[in-house]
Amino acid sequence: MGKITNEELLKKISEKFDQQITVVGEPYGLLTIETGREQIIDLLDFLKNDTVLQFIYLTDLTGIHYPEQEKPIGIIYHLHSLVNNVRIRIKVFLPADDYHIPTATTVWNGANWMERETYDFFGVIFDGHPDLRRILNVDDMTAFPMRKEYPLEDPNRVDKKDYFFGR
Amino acid sequence: MIESRICVGFCSIKFMSDIQLVEAPPGVEGAGFFATSLDKVIGLARSNSLWPLPFATSCCGIEFMATMASHYDLSRFGAERLSFSPRQADLLMVMGTISKKMGPVLRQVYLQMAEPRWVMAVGACASSGGIFDTYSVLQGIDEVIPVDVYVPGCPPRPEAIIDGFMGIQKLVQTESLRRRNEPEYQKLLASYGIQ
Repeated sequence: MGKITNEELLKKISEKFDQQITVVGEPYGLLTIETGREQIIDLLDFLKNDTVLQFIYLTDLTGIHYPEQEKPIGIIYHLHSLVNNVRIRIKVFLPADDYHIPTATTVWNGANWMERETYDFFGVIFDGHPDLRRILNVDDMTAFPMRKEYPLEDPNRVDKKDYFFGR
Repeated sequence: MIESRICVGFCSIKFMSDIQLVEAPPGVEGAGFFATSLDKVIGLARSNSLWPLPFATSCCGIEFMATMASHYDLSRFGAERLSFSPRQADLLMVMGTISKKMGPVLRQVYLQMAEPRWVMAVGACASSGGIFDTYSVLQGIDEVIPVDVYVPGCPPRPEAIIDGFMGIQKLVQTESLRRRNEPEYQKLLASYGIQ
């Protein structure tokens, strides 16, 4: 068990970011909150540098796509307080056709490649990122393959065509 | 074919052993001499001293290791010497999933090989993409380089890899000495944008 309970953690965050966060839930005891891109860096900075909380470790930064939502693309941060043995998950959803969010590399250098990966797969622009280019996929790829509108299958595949199976 | 004839001595000597040697190609045999065409001798020599370059990226590579090891022993076919440099390799054996990012690397390795060169696609992934029908995986290495022999299987057993290797040997034996100069071969390479 962590040294800080989720209630204490939430109270501490609410003191500073009262109207700017909403609690999504606590699945498997992992406190999950949602916020907007205007204050995400302030929030991350607070969580990292607060003398009690000390969320010094950015475990993961990734994206998600819900095409049916009004704000389809989400950015998800997982933070870990090694001192207090407690974790938190922060979500930020971005409106359609405006996938911009400030970079977290100003808080953690480790966010650099994670943001490149999120850009590579979801096409999210991290404003202020020092070197925002593709990291895993081929450089000349034009699509953002983890978005739902791009088909998973490779169009060059020939041996699965219907006429080979009498369809 | 007079000018391309060659004599090989001692071909008719029978050794007192049950070890099978490579059979001599068809030719004219007599007391103390044997004559055949240069094509056949070169083909015989090449096919029994192929230097494979293993380009192993996944589980098919493990099967290849079994093929090279003592039980299946690919050395019996003259492929004792693996070449980990493409410069000295004759046969590129591509074993495993090739992602699109790996495609240019594979092509570079192929371009670095000297003629004559052959390519073997081992396993479903190298041949067609296999189960990885996805945006990040090359749907068969024949999208970037020409392939001589495809070995099916996921992964193929060592017997299948040996069968594919013998298929390559058959090609090496029967094709003409200067395959590279044939218009058909040049057309094939041109279709891949090579030279």
